[in-house]
Amino acid sequence: MKLYLENGMVIEGTGFGANVPVTGEVVFNTGMMGYVETLSDPSYTGQIVVLTYPLVGNYGVPDKKRFESEKIHAAGLIVSEYCDEYSHYEAKESLAKWLKRSGVPAMTGVDTRAITKVLREKGVMLGQLTPGKKGKFVDPNKENLVAKVSPTKKKEYGNGPLKIVLVDCGAKENIARSVMKDDTTVIRVPWNYDFTNETYDGIVLSNGPGDPMAVKETVENVKKALKGNKPILGICLGTQVMALAAGAKTYKLKYGHRAQNQPCLIENRCYITSQNHGYSVDAKSLPKDWKVWFTNANDGSVEGIMHIKKPFYSVQFHPEACPGPTDTHWIFEQFLADVKKAKKKKV
Amino acid sequence: MNKPKKVLILGSGGLRIGQAGEFDYSGSQAIKVLKEEGIESVLINPNIATVQTDKGLADRVYFLPLTEHFATEVIKKERPDAIFLSFGGQTALNLGLALEKSGVLKKYNVRVLGTPVSVIRDTEDRELFVKRLNQIDVKTARSRATASVAEAQKAAKIIGYPVMVRSGFALGGEGSGLVRTEDELVKKLSEVFHTNKQVLIEEYLEGWKEVEYEVVRDKDDNCITVCNMENLDPMGVHTGESIVVAPSQTLTNQEYHMLREVAIKTIRHLGIVGECNIQYALHPKTGDYRVIEVNARLSRSSALASKATGYPLAFVAAKLALGHTLPKLKNSVTGVTSACFEPALDYIVIKIPRWDLNKFENAATRIGTEMKSVGEVMAIGRSFEEVFQKGIRMLNIGADGFTAHRSKNFKMEDYLKEIKEPTTRRMFALAEALKAGVSIEKIHSLSNIDPWFLHKMQHIVDIEKRLKRSKLDKELLKNAKQNGFSDIQIAVATNSTEEAVRTKRRKLNIFPVIKQIDTLAGEFPAKTNYLYLTYHGTEDDVKPGKKSAMVLGSGSYSIGSSVEFDWSSVEALKALKKKGYETIMVNYNPETVSTDYDMSDRLYFDELSLERVLDIVGFEKPKGTIVSTGGQIPNNLAFALHEAGVKILGTHPKNINRAEDRHIFSALLDRLGVDQPEWQELSTKAEAAKTAAKMGYPVLIRPSFVLSGAAMGVALDEQGLIKFLDKAIGVGSDKPIVISKFIENAREIEIDGVAQNGKLKIYAITEHVENAGTHSGDATLVLPAQRTYLETIRRAKSITKAIIKELAITGPFNIQFIAKENNLQVIECNVRASRSFPFVSKVTGYNFIELATEAMLGKDITGDYRTLELDYVAVKSPQFSYGRIKGADPLLYVEMASTGEVAAFGDSYAEALLKSMMAAGFRLPKKNVLVSLGKEENKIKLLPSIEKLHQMGFTLYATEHTADFLKENHIPCERVYKIKSQGNPNVLTLLDSGNLDLIINIPARGLARPENSKGSLSDGFIIRRKAVDLNIPLITNRQLAEGFINALEEMKGKTLEAKAWDEYTTEA
Repeated sequence: MKLYLENGMVIEGTGFGANVPVTGEVVFNTGMMGYVETLSDPSYTGQIVVLTYPLVGNYGVPDKKRFESEKIHAAGLIVSEYCDEYSHYEAKESLAKWLKRSGVPAMTGVDTRAITKVLREKGVMLGQLTPGKKGKFVDPNKENLVAKVSPTKKKEYGNGPLKIVLVDCGAKENIARSVMKDDTTVIRVPWNYDFTNETYDGIVLSNGPGDPMAVKETVENVKKALKGNKPILGICLGTQVMALAAGAKTYKLKYGHRAQNQPCLIENRCYITSQNHGYSVDAKSLPKDWKVWFTNANDGSVEGIMHIKKPFYSVQFHPEACPGPTDTHWIFEQFLADVKKAKKKKV
Repeated sequence: MNKPKKVLILGSGGLRIGQAGEFDYSGSQAIKVLKEEGIESVLINPNIATVQTDKGLADRVYFLPLTEHFATEVIKKERPDAIFLSFGGQTALNLGLALEKSGVLKKYNVRVLGTPVSVIRDTEDRELFVKRLNQIDVKTARSRATASVAEAQKAAKIIGYPVMVRSGFALGGEGSGLVRTEDELVKKLSEVFHTNKQVLIEEYLEGWKEVEYEVVRDKDDNCITVCNMENLDPMGVHTGESIVVAPSQTLTNQEYHMLREVAIKTIRHLGIVGECNIQYALHPKTGDYRVIEVNARLSRSSALASKATGYPLAFVAAKLALGHTLPKLKNSVTGVTSACFEPALDYIVIKIPRWDLNKFENAATRIGTEMKSVGEVMAIGRSFEEVFQKGIRMLNIGADGFTAHRSKNFKMEDYLKEIKEPTTRRMFALAEALKAGVSIEKIHSLSNIDPWFLHKMQHIVDIEKRLKRSKLDKELLKNAKQNGFSDIQIAVATNSTEEAVRTKRRKLNIFPVIKQIDTLAGEFPAKTNYLYLTYHGTEDDVKPGKKSAMVLGSGSYSIGSSVEFDWSSVEALKALKKKGYETIMVNYNPETVSTDYDMSDRLYFDELSLERVLDIVGFEKPKGTIVSTGGQIPNNLAFALHEAGVKILGTHPKNINRAEDRHIFSALLDRLGVDQPEWQELSTKAEAAKTAAKMGYPVLIRPSFVLSGAAMGVALDEQGLIKFLDKAIGVGSDKPIVISKFIENAREIEIDGVAQNGKLKIYAITEHVENAGTHSGDATLVLPAQRTYLETIRRAKSITKAIIKELAITGPFNIQFIAKENNLQVIECNVRASRSFPFVSKVTGYNFIELATEAMLGKDITGDYRTLELDYVAVKSPQFSYGRIKGADPLLYVEMASTGEVAAFGDSYAEALLKSMMAAGFRLPKKNVLVSLGKEENKIKLLPSIEKLHQMGFTLYATEHTADFLKENHIPCERVYKIKSQGNPNVLTLLDSGNLDLIINIPARGLARPENSKGSLSDGFIIRRKAVDLNIPLITNRQLAEGFINALEEMKGKTLEAKAWDEYTTEA
């Protein structure tokens, strides 16, 4: 198995997934565990993921109820040392078997730190993971990746009085789980669905893969919703969508934030967050009735925005965790409380 | 919070089991923070061999016992407005709690920084702890106190079988045990309730995974977990006795974060400010958890976590205690990112405990819920196999890895038993079992070790098999290296030599790469200098340094190699830096200051083996390497490194070898006309017996090539000699032994010094209180010498000069002498720093290592150093850990047994001796003293001292013969009967009464430990052992007893002054 990088580098290793070629954007993630959640996160669509933690596969793969979506979305996986002799009571199969079954190639026995340093210095780049010869590099961000992972039909869960629209641009399951409560009904809609015609009390804009500029229809729908007063929570891509809808600008980060240890600040309070994003909101472009909510303590980038009056707020990280720390799960609680409050006011 | 002006720091005292050098690291960091903040610092710590007690760190240092009395005196005198309790281990924490309880802190307005005292109490008191955790629905091990069989049955039913039964208030887990059914419970309880009023029924957690998190919280409630760790040995083996990996390897994301969430919730609820550790049991089949405990202070685990992640825990904890908050602090490793983050590792770390139990006869090698290890090693790499094998080699116990050893010592018959009932050799039992084809399922069921680890071990064994049968091609060689095989192991498996394997490996271009530890897994560029080597990589993270010099560290703490060698290494680094060198440190002991991120320009956290040092030298090409400050490990490498072309600084390695080789050194002494005890090397029992008879008993016996753990002994007669040889050595032609004449009633003196080009530049003469026969590491040392004749000193000096000249020494050295009636014999010469270097440096005021380093670099260090006449006296005492080593005889002996040392200053010898002994845990007697003197000579010689005890008003108890003797000499005493006689009053009842303040027990055959076979323990042994177990001060050496009683008399009615170090050394 070989990884060809856009800059001409070739890295050879041993294949342990499906024996097929893929092309995509090569990104690194520094989380020390959670490969199951990471691989099944739709935001990784089109990406070849390099895990910096060297030992991967240790606890196998559990039942899919633990996944973040139905299947593996990452295009490929690169690790330093794959472990086939997994050990965990919840494991159903090995990581290799899952990858093979899913048709996803993977490579082990390479210096993942060396690749990470290249990506850090030169920025994320295109790559091909292939058992054969080098083909053409294809930039996954050129196409609308969201359209590939978003559901095609509306779906409803639960029958509580609070109606929450989840705009699914490739939502992780735990976002849905986090808002599915006894008193909620979750209306899960495709990325381009005009939810403004639905009866609802609050909106969640999900995470998703790729460039936010590619989801113009979502941005348009959110623009309409921003005219109202119903609470909106954006997550990851949802933040970029909300920012674009509010009139702000987004840009691509050099090598993105893909880790489970990103410190985010609200003033002097710090939260450790799980992140997976390649784009960010330009703080200077925020309109006057918006403000920065969270800032990254490491590089100062915007990690969350908020409307100064209305209950619209959004975070660039993953409050639903999975993988990663659960420090910011309160954001869901705050959102649901705001939804309840708003509904009461209306009544 | 306003900033304090003056902070008192409590240290941790002498190194002992459960409390080692990690608190030198944490204390030093705390002092550095205070300095950075411009806050005055006062330190109490009698551990003179620490870096934290160096000049230039704390503003004031007190070498005083860490007792309430002395701490109160220091507070009265210094009037600090705040105190740090969490940087000196359990000793400091307990002392802090006592000072708070007695009202001293309140009286003198001393504020406790960091975690409040009430919170510390919540974590220390089991009942409060459970109550606090219950408040937030955090689970602790379920436990119920019961007072009857019926109650116990009910409790067990609620908790669910199997349960642990623990008798309340029993020491050392006496009467506890596992019970699987109600029938078993009833049977067990009928015994237990005989002697106990209360029985605890506890949830049985054995076999659960054991996981720890290091948690940091600031005053604003920011809370992070810096590191998690998983024990390879599950619950049932103390975490200090377990092999530990970081990060956890077998936990899923969900389990990891569930425990992390509980950790943060718990620490917030408790209200800890600073650093703490939380330990869990995690069920391997259900994912259920229990919180075992919270340590509200820096700990051994936090030192490990700090070194494992690169996150400066102690530094940050001190900052937080002063009121800073996490988001405002920078990550000092990257220099740009925030300290409020959780390190991401892109490597795996292993910690393996280092035991030294074979130094103790009768000591059980079983490991379990009590800590017995004396040190630990930490290995870093990119696969489990790599770190595991590295770690085992680092232990320096003669093992070459997990398997493929040169030595036959790691084979064992009863491997399954040692797997089921873990011993200090369990890892080698695992190797044996896997080699014998025992299934992983079977091993797992015996040991509860997670199969994940066992598969990795199996992998190592499989590679050994491949090495044995297949051709050693590039692929296989690389594979073996990636799985942690050393060149030696490969040579063993392929029937080759280390050199041949190395040559082949180099030819095939198989080299390790150098990787950085940067806390962020490469996400940000880091300026870090913290490095390790691995075969899992294609590129180095760093470029070689320029004008660099390297210091080889001391490795794991063990008996005989303690914090003093870390101090020496650190001083060497400092001196090199001052001279403009880029410094490189190589060491793998996480409990050290030398491995701190700010101690060297480059730290290689890796093996101190020939192979690894050559790897590093090959890359860095340093201008020179210092091997003389890290004790025996680097010293032993000197010649091989030299042969391989490495530039060794200081004494020529050929001359180091001449001092190390007994034959050459002996001939050298003969040529110089220097006397030495008669000795001979022999290979058979018969020859040994003949030689010993000719020399005259007693004789000293030791293996010719000292391997770790190989015993040294004294034989009083032929029977003893043969017994010793059979048991300890198993004499064969391949294992020669050395027998030397044991000089009785002789005194020992030592010279520590620095020479340059064969000329003596500075020296200090220390005198042992105990006569020859007590290992120099266990002896009480006095400086300046008090009883040694000037003539003897002159002669010692001239002998020293002759030896130095002959060996052309440049750098540190130590020579040990036996003095008998003005006759001097040389017993040992070390061409390196000895364990007393920090002591002599701090007492004389001259930094011997700094001078030695300068000498090695070629700077002329000639000067007028005054070390003979001082206006004060300092005494160094050994620190023992017998309390932790069940079954061992606490008798001074030719084999070293102490785990650490302390020292104190005084205006007189008497004052220094008492303070020093107290600093090692000795308490001054108030009333009742038990005297038990074996042998006529001891009785006669100690009579004047015992008389003094009587005159000072002590009530004396004496065992049968001693009592008769005292009565004959008109010293009133109460006679107590031997244990077996069952007469009344009996020694045993007296011991158990808790009324004794001091026991003086001088055995008849002081040089040899009494034989104790099961069921027939000698009275002497029982007395000594009970003294340890019941924490009654004990003296077993006649000279020390004399010195102590004289000192007691001299100081009667006088105060032991709480004077600072500088008050002694600065001339008035």
